[in-house]
Amino acid sequence: MNAFKKAVAAAVVAALVPAFAAAQEAPLKIGVVSFLSGAAAGPFGVPARNSAEIMFEMLNAGKVPAPYATKGFGGALLHMNLVDESGGTTTQVTEFRNMVQRDNVDMVIGYISSGSCLGIAPVAEELKKLTVFFDCGTPRIFEERGYKYVFRTAATATMDSVGAALYVRDLRKGKIKTIAGINQNYAWGQDSWSDFEASMKQLEPGVKVATSQMPKLFAGQYNAEISTVLAAKADVVHSSFWDGDLEALILQGGPRGLFKHRTVILTTGETAMYKLAGSIPDGVVIGARGPYGPYAPNNELNKWFSKTFQDRYGVPPNYAAYHMAQAILGTKAAWEKALAANGGKRPSQDQVIAAFEHLTFESPAGKVEMAIGAGHQAITETAYGVTRKVHGKMTVANVKRYPAEMVNPPDGVKAADWIASGFKKK
Amino acid sequence: MEQLLAVLIDGIIYSAWLFVAAVGLTLIYGVMKIVNVTHGSFYALGAYAAASITGALLAHGMPPYLSYAVLLGSAVLVSVIVAPLIERGILRFMYAKDEVVILLITYALFLILEDVIKLIWGVNPYFIAEPYGLLGSFDIGDLTYPYYNMILVGVAIACGVGLAWMLNHTRTGKLLVAVIHDTEISRAMGINVDRFYLFTFTFGSLLAAIGGAYTAPTVSVVPGLGVEVIVLSFAVVVIGGLGSLPGAALGAVIVGLVRSATIHYLPQAELFVIYLVMAAVLAFRPRGLFSLAEARKI
Repeated sequence: MNAFKKAVAAAVVAALVPAFAAAQEAPLKIGVVSFLSGAAAGPFGVPARNSAEIMFEMLNAGKVPAPYATKGFGGALLHMNLVDESGGTTTQVTEFRNMVQRDNVDMVIGYISSGSCLGIAPVAEELKKLTVFFDCGTPRIFEERGYKYVFRTAATATMDSVGAALYVRDLRKGKIKTIAGINQNYAWGQDSWSDFEASMKQLEPGVKVATSQMPKLFAGQYNAEISTVLAAKADVVHSSFWDGDLEALILQGGPRGLFKHRTVILTTGETAMYKLAGSIPDGVVIGARGPYGPYAPNNELNKWFSKTFQDRYGVPPNYAAYHMAQAILGTKAAWEKALAANGGKRPSQDQVIAAFEHLTFESPAGKVEMAIGAGHQAITETAYGVTRKVHGKMTVANVKRYPAEMVNPPDGVKAADWIASGFKKK
Repeated sequence: MEQLLAVLIDGIIYSAWLFVAAVGLTLIYGVMKIVNVTHGSFYALGAYAAASITGALLAHGMPPYLSYAVLLGSAVLVSVIVAPLIERGILRFMYAKDEVVILLITYALFLILEDVIKLIWGVNPYFIAEPYGLLGSFDIGDLTYPYYNMILVGVAIACGVGLAWMLNHTRTGKLLVAVIHDTEISRAMGINVDRFYLFTFTFGSLLAAIGGAYTAPTVSVVPGLGVEVIVLSFAVVVIGGLGSLPGAALGAVIVGLVRSATIHYLPQAELFVIYLVMAAVLAFRPRGLFSLAEARKI
């Protein structure tokens, strides 16, 4: 009888284990959204897509170094559902609904444009689908309302702007009387400039704004804006231009002397510094929206990521590629934390969300903390440096790093209020 | 005073770019009555051809000063191949259809050509910075302008004057004017209208390609380059009056100067000022500044 019971139990286990394993190992369908066409594709969208391809492939093969050595997400292999981010916010909302309602993706990782993120966040909430923004920068997303299903694993434009202000203050050592800006006329450009202007006014009381230019996104021709900035004779010029606009600004501004006799800070300059090395003189302040690219730490994860990317695509990963890898690894960390909390059983979406909130995880750029936005918004340290050509090769020099708490607001405090308070800790 | 001068120079540079980009559009509409959306594609094709051919030749040791001729040659090459293919292969079968249908066909071709560009050149940006800084710069007060900008102004003047001279002083031009006024009578008088359509479409597309080619050294040549241009070109030719050469010139100058003054004195309004000008002109002159009276046909 005892032997019979054992045999029945063994049969039951034998019948259930494959079903359990199958459920555990059913692939995860992940929507990945990045610019595959348009002006943002070359410098941002394609490197991010390439990064996603490497990460999906290597995670599925179990070849990512510790602490991410398990295959896929906790053993579940990853399937990518790739979507082009171009076409505007309305198109993106339609594409998002298609991914969730027609293609039944398990989660979405994507979005470079702040406009896309502002449009998608409420729809993700409405459709109750875990959505991880990997690159967009506007701080408004978690400041204007709380979200359950939306996370962002890269820091906001506030970090870039406060870091930029701290760096130029340190660089010019109190000799800043006037500042000027040339930024794109939408959420990212407006937020970047307002945070930079407010930070400079806190750090250098009495500083005046000589001019603030806000050309249309993808305008392409900036002669008049450059003339206005040159005529303003500001000590510091701030630009958060990105994509083809950044490249056009460098190409048109260089021969006109934009980078001479004043400190120019390009908060996303890292994406163009190698391609346009011949057009960028020494001394231009370059940002990478965090500790990425030339500012990335010398850890094992970064050595693996940058080498794998360079070997496959022939170019070093830029910050958009780092941001994508960071988002995928952060989601994996949350998934596996939820898996462990669920006793090794495939976690529900709500369990993954609970695990993601206030999570701290490692990325090729070091430690990432989901510290603000009620645990949905990441903060990281940041770094800035100035361009310097060494034997004809573009490098960054005079690098300064700023800890995450120094350049990001505390949880529950709006960026503008935090800056206006003189960067007070809670 | 210095700022006024800067407004004027920036306005002229922008006007020159706009005119070169838009004049082919108005020519094609004037002769063929086609609102040609593929105009933006030819601008992009010109930029891509110029960036890739000039870049390749410079990398193979071509003297940098020859790059200005190569820019032009690239525009000619791409337009004499692609424009006749489109006109003979597709558009000539559509002339009997309504203007709106042809507009939609050119829009479809624009979308197809956008993808063709991505197939050929990919999505990574192309740069040819050398020609922009090669000629040096001149200073006006504290402002520095590369001489290259004057090349663009020269190209615009050459296009405008050359086109006006061709239309008014050559046999081909006079025949073209006849076609513009009345296609049926021109046919009846023995003019080979189909040949003029082919010539006009190719020449108009060439002008767009030249605009793209000479803009390439100043921008990142990326997919979608033609989208912004086609919108601005429409604004310019609508202000001037569709089909009018002097109208396109005046439209470009008005838009260029107003935009430049706005950026210098009221930058917050830059985003919509071009469309404000267009709305204001159309409110008083619904067919544009230089619209011609049309004879009613029974």
